[in-house]
Amino acid sequence: MSPNEGDDQARSTADAVARRSYGKLVAFLAARTRDVAAAEDALSEAFASALTDWPRSGCPSNPEAWLMLVARRKLIDLGRRQRSGEIAAEDLRLIAEGLDAASADAAHEPQCLGGDGWPGEADAIIPDQRLALMFACAHPAIDPGIRSPLILQVVLGLDAASIASAFLMSPAAMGKRLVRAKHKIRQAGVPFRIPEREELADRLEYVLDAIYAAFAEGWVDPTGADVARRDLAEEALFLGRLVAGLLPTAAEALGLLALMLHAEARRPARRNADGEYVPLAEQDPELWDARMIEEAEELLRRASMLGNIGRYQLEAALQSAHVDHRRSGRADWQAAVRLYDALFELTRSPVVAINRTLAIDGLHGPDAALEALPDSASDARLLEYQPYWAARAALLTRASRYGEASDAYEVAIGLERDPAVRRFLQRRQAMLATPKPES
Amino acid sequence: MQYLLLLYANEQGWDSLTPAQQQQGAAAYMAYTEALQKSGALKGSNRLQPTSTATTVRNDNGKAQVLDGPYADSKEQLGGYYLIEAADLDAAIAWANRCPGAGHGTIEVRPVWEM
Repeated sequence: MSPNEGDDQARSTADAVARRSYGKLVAFLAARTRDVAAAEDALSEAFASALTDWPRSGCPSNPEAWLMLVARRKLIDLGRRQRSGEIAAEDLRLIAEGLDAASADAAHEPQCLGGDGWPGEADAIIPDQRLALMFACAHPAIDPGIRSPLILQVVLGLDAASIASAFLMSPAAMGKRLVRAKHKIRQAGVPFRIPEREELADRLEYVLDAIYAAFAEGWVDPTGADVARRDLAEEALFLGRLVAGLLPTAAEALGLLALMLHAEARRPARRNADGEYVPLAEQDPELWDARMIEEAEELLRRASMLGNIGRYQLEAALQSAHVDHRRSGRADWQAAVRLYDALFELTRSPVVAINRTLAIDGLHGPDAALEALPDSASDARLLEYQPYWAARAALLTRASRYGEASDAYEVAIGLERDPAVRRFLQRRQAMLATPKPES
Repeated sequence: MQYLLLLYANEQGWDSLTPAQQQQGAAAYMAYTEALQKSGALKGSNRLQPTSTATTVRNDNGKAQVLDGPYADSKEQLGGYYLIEAADLDAAIAWANRCPGAGHGTIEVRPVWEM
């Protein structure tokens, strides 16, 4: 093989390990020392070593274990360099103990991984402590505003800049708060463990929010062409399954997984063959992933029996109602409005209020829906929120107020970043020029 | 790890208690200290005289600046401390939560800087 091929293979294997195992390796390296920042540094140095070493000597048969060994050596070096005893000998002994088993399998045989090939034994030898790490990040002793971003960074390896945009914070401020939180986990001795039942509910909320934020970031890419984003949605689904599996009586954990599965099931139908945006109401239900929908429905049934309703279960129930509506052709608008009412009661989110108007339109018609639309005068954020203007335009169209509808579409088009959605809105606006009264 | 539990409370509160209540309060602290000791967690503890007895000292260019009064005037004042050994922050929080001081004041949990 040419040196370049070796390079590419090493890089793609390192990328695959990074995506699959980043959080697992950080959680394992940091579990005993609680030093998340040092674990991240050591791991990124280990990845750098892999990129120079693997093209030369071939990829190891167990890349995860290889990275773990190198990262551990880097941690020891780091401890020596600091000489302050912050990484104490005892910590290193504990890390080494856990790694001995891993190293036994890290034989350096040249064997690179294909896209899907993954040694199953790696999962068996490095215990998964991601959930414990996530709960450490969600500890009440950590600043509440940084808990979910922190989880995203340490478990998925996202950088401060991309997390900052998802949480409407400046990258510099986000970076500073993340560093402070990691420092606090280490210095104050925040434990890595899954909390007892009575503490669980409060902390679980932040863990679920982080998972959903990761999923939403991945969801922005509708066709799944952007590998990093698609992986983010997959990672979120994986973490969602992990949490739901470990906490089978946490209704909201089941609700979140159901919600993500419902959304993921529709991915193949979100764009037509030409890459054009297809709104939910016009998607072909045949293209939806029936197996995922069935799993989501089952999760939701189990969650509802636990008698602990919450935001994610309500959102999943709304998705479920959409599916039912499209499959049966019959809509239960009354039920939809009730679900939206409950969801709004919990979240007070203007986004929920906007979506609710579409159900009100179904129940009472467009005039009542326009009446229920939140007022942009009372919430200035709406003026820059594309779905607000798109919903407004659609309702004005239904009310035969075509001039105003066209103006609203104009604003929505101006606010939209995704070219496919922009073209969809432009087509809707163009249809107003030759208005046909709707049934 | 070692943690310092700093007990803050309104120090006027103690004086407004009846002698029976004061006795009850002192007994609660004694029982708590005993529990810490029995579990091997206790490293040190003291109750402090009220802030009316406090003096602050600062050295400005070699000259001692000595002032009457506590460092900070606040609604609740530092009235005592426990130095404890605990496995992690959760264990330290559990001890802080059991402290009688958590019922009538606020307890700050601070990890000790380990050398």
